[in-house]
Amino acid sequence: MSKLTRRIFLATGAVVGAGLAVGVGYLSSIDTEGLSPGEGHNGATKLNAWIEIRPDGIIRIAAPRAEMGQGIHTGLAMLIAEELEIELDPAKVIVEHPDELLPVYTNFVGGLRKRREEMSGPIDWTMKKVFGMIPFILTGGSSSIVDGYTPMRIAGATARTMLVEAAAAKWGVGADTCHAEKGTVVHAASGRKLTYGELAADAAKRAPPSNPKLKTQDEFKLIGTAQARVDVPAKTRGGAMFGIDTVVPDMVVATIVQCPVFQGAVKSVDDKAALAVKGVKKVVNLGNAVGVIGETYYHAKKGAAALVVEWDEKGHGAVSSATIAAEYQKALDTGEEHVSRNDGDTAAALKAGNVIEATYETPFLAHACMEPMNATAVYKDGAFEVWAPNQSPTVVRWAFEAVKKDMKDIKIHTTMMGGGFGRRADADVYRQVAALALAMPGVPVKLVWSREEDIQHDSYRPAALARMRAVLGADGKPVAFEFKNATQSAALSFSRRNIPFEMGGAADETSFEGAADMPYKVANVRVATRNIETTVPLGFWRSVGHSNTGFFIEGFVDELAAAAKADPMDYRRDLLAHNPRLLALADMLKEKSDWATKLEGTGRGRGVSIHTSFRTHVGEVAEVTVGADGKVKVDRVVCVVDCGQAINPDSIAAQMEGAVVFALSALAYGAITIDKGRTTQANFDTYDMVRIGQAPKVEVHIVPSRELPGGIGEPGTPPLFAAVANAIFAASGKRVRKLPLAGEGFKLG
Amino acid sequence: MARFKVNGKDFQTDDDGEMPLLWAIRDRLKMTGTKFGCGVGQCGACTVIVEGVAVRSCVTPIAMVEGKAITTIEGLAPAETPTAVQAAWIAEQVPQCGYCQSGMIMAATVLLAEKPNPTDADIDAAMTNICRCGTYPRIRRAIHRAAGASASAQPMPASETGAGHE
Repeated sequence: MSKLTRRIFLATGAVVGAGLAVGVGYLSSIDTEGLSPGEGHNGATKLNAWIEIRPDGIIRIAAPRAEMGQGIHTGLAMLIAEELEIELDPAKVIVEHPDELLPVYTNFVGGLRKRREEMSGPIDWTMKKVFGMIPFILTGGSSSIVDGYTPMRIAGATARTMLVEAAAAKWGVGADTCHAEKGTVVHAASGRKLTYGELAADAAKRAPPSNPKLKTQDEFKLIGTAQARVDVPAKTRGGAMFGIDTVVPDMVVATIVQCPVFQGAVKSVDDKAALAVKGVKKVVNLGNAVGVIGETYYHAKKGAAALVVEWDEKGHGAVSSATIAAEYQKALDTGEEHVSRNDGDTAAALKAGNVIEATYETPFLAHACMEPMNATAVYKDGAFEVWAPNQSPTVVRWAFEAVKKDMKDIKIHTTMMGGGFGRRADADVYRQVAALALAMPGVPVKLVWSREEDIQHDSYRPAALARMRAVLGADGKPVAFEFKNATQSAALSFSRRNIPFEMGGAADETSFEGAADMPYKVANVRVATRNIETTVPLGFWRSVGHSNTGFFIEGFVDELAAAAKADPMDYRRDLLAHNPRLLALADMLKEKSDWATKLEGTGRGRGVSIHTSFRTHVGEVAEVTVGADGKVKVDRVVCVVDCGQAINPDSIAAQMEGAVVFALSALAYGAITIDKGRTTQANFDTYDMVRIGQAPKVEVHIVPSRELPGGIGEPGTPPLFAAVANAIFAASGKRVRKLPLAGEGFKLG
Repeated sequence: MARFKVNGKDFQTDDDGEMPLLWAIRDRLKMTGTKFGCGVGQCGACTVIVEGVAVRSCVTPIAMVEGKAITTIEGLAPAETPTAVQAAWIAEQVPQCGYCQSGMIMAATVLLAEKPNPTDADIDAAMTNICRCGTYPRIRRAIHRAAGASASAQPMPASETGAGHE
């Protein structure tokens, strides 16, 4: 979320101003701690904003981050369970995303771009209140554990303390003579024991302790151990409820036909034939799309096929991949730069030696979540109720407000997501379903996009073009490193479509993250970016800017190693000597990947890539076999991850394995191309994915660490691109500087 | 109109015979375990079992299953007694988002019925479904585990990571 802090600060200036005019007292009243008890859901007792206990002892944990496969419901529940002293048994614990948009559920790390543990002073206090006032609830940026690590443990410790005190008061003994274990409080001296279910009501009458003592890392019992995920059993019997699975009585189902040309609009709709289809109930012109409502998806789809729509291309019908490529090239060669790093005098250092230069290129990419875009809404008595597989209920609320400014209320149920990868932070589907629900007051409308609409109207990962230049010293190490890229601001495109203020633009961090913070020691470094605008809608794609820069930097550094006739692993280790954490990671990667051994067989090669993103360091070594026919088999990927304190090691391993496969699909096939102002690809037959037979063996090793935790959902993605590209070079001598492989004469085997 | 059995129960609809089985299951029967992924038979999220055969229900008109018996993910087993495939999926902690896993489990169930001890090549050939989360390595392990070949499968990665606090 580039520049969000500053932008939100500016955009909400008026609101804050109003707040301050009322007095600091108003901001003080915004609860960003959430530790007060109260009434819970369905007869449960609420001990604080995250923990409720039912009389039967079942514990409900409110995890205000959405589960899209990353295992966050288990991870956040582990943080609470560690301090609350409960077992993480799916039969005893319910973990769900709360419907309430409480200030305490704000993603403060995402908003302030700072760890909670580092927040202090009046400015941070004010910003916490401002984000809490919104409230800024978001699952993204691999920030959920980073944000929740301390507050969720405090929530658990606070509740545990109140339960222990309640038991001690009941028994008339000192609280320090009692302890909590497995959902009970025990008085060991007398052998008495009470369950949390029996104690909850009394505990809720007590004041939360002001400073509950948290366990040291030595005392952790759950954190750092592999825990089975709470959502897995239901997902093996079709029982997990994704947004698309929403069933509400008397519901109708809609689908959508959007203007194929980006930024075009509906000129006219002839809906006679569509309305004549049996089971079609209504056709709604949404301005840039047409919605068709029917009894079932089948009827809506059949109606949509019978629509006759004339589109107004608004002059954007000539945009193509070729015109966009020309704009990128022009931007790289001319135009105003945003310089994000400028160490030493790179221009002078480049003039003083033999310049090594390479140009790298990446395409637009679609998210293609397995669950197509969808949402369900009903409009009744001036208020909405919404079922939404979303990464930000805040953005969902803004979307409904944009469609119906005078709505009285909105209740948002955040469901399970069939993949997210950044796509479900976008609000396009919510603006549409709001308008469709308004067209049929009192009737719940489930809007389901076809896969074709999903691929052709994604918020794409920006394409990027980068030119890098370097000069090596006598020892082969770079003395000058220049990175220039032309791309587009994902944050600007996203914010214009989805939120009430603009973010990003010329200085959008997501356009140069991973390059500006390139870790290798070089005396003269310059990173400059030129962001341009096209009609193509953009968004945040798993690892965002790092998905581009990780490939560029690690591909080029490999070229420098080759020019220096150095071993690519040792070359990196030399350049990381000043950074103990990354050097240790590289050392472990060298050992675990058997780097020093020779690969058996012909056409074999190894490639290494190391990249830091979302506060986590990941190194990957890919082993490939390249055939004479250009067939590339990725045999094995060894992944070493340093994410600080590990919470659930099995989730970390799963995220690394998954990121490798996700990136491999993009590397091998991923390309969204534009022709006549619209996306060329439409379904999985033209936007292909890696299947089981192509997936490499993935080995994950976690660096033992006591540092504060980093993110896990995204950081496994960026290193894979260059690891495989560099392995292909090692195996075949051919440099891959442009993705996907399919366009470079290679085919994934 | 069409008549068929779903998980042992008779079902009848007046919808036209062209209606894909997927939408009869999801939107008429309101059974949501079977998923919509692509609508063109590419991804396999909608896989159901029609008399022993794994079928992509999004491209199977209901007229084609007239009189037949269909099993969906909900029909495999009660929650308390998962099938060997479901149990292996839990043991290997396969699902991430989980959206494709109904189809994966149905495809694996048919594979194991036909080949009780499949090789990796058998798995590659039979399991053509798409998983965007990249759970393929665990799916492979889970199939071997379900086949009783867990001895040759790799251990869970978590057990070899030695992660966390020491």
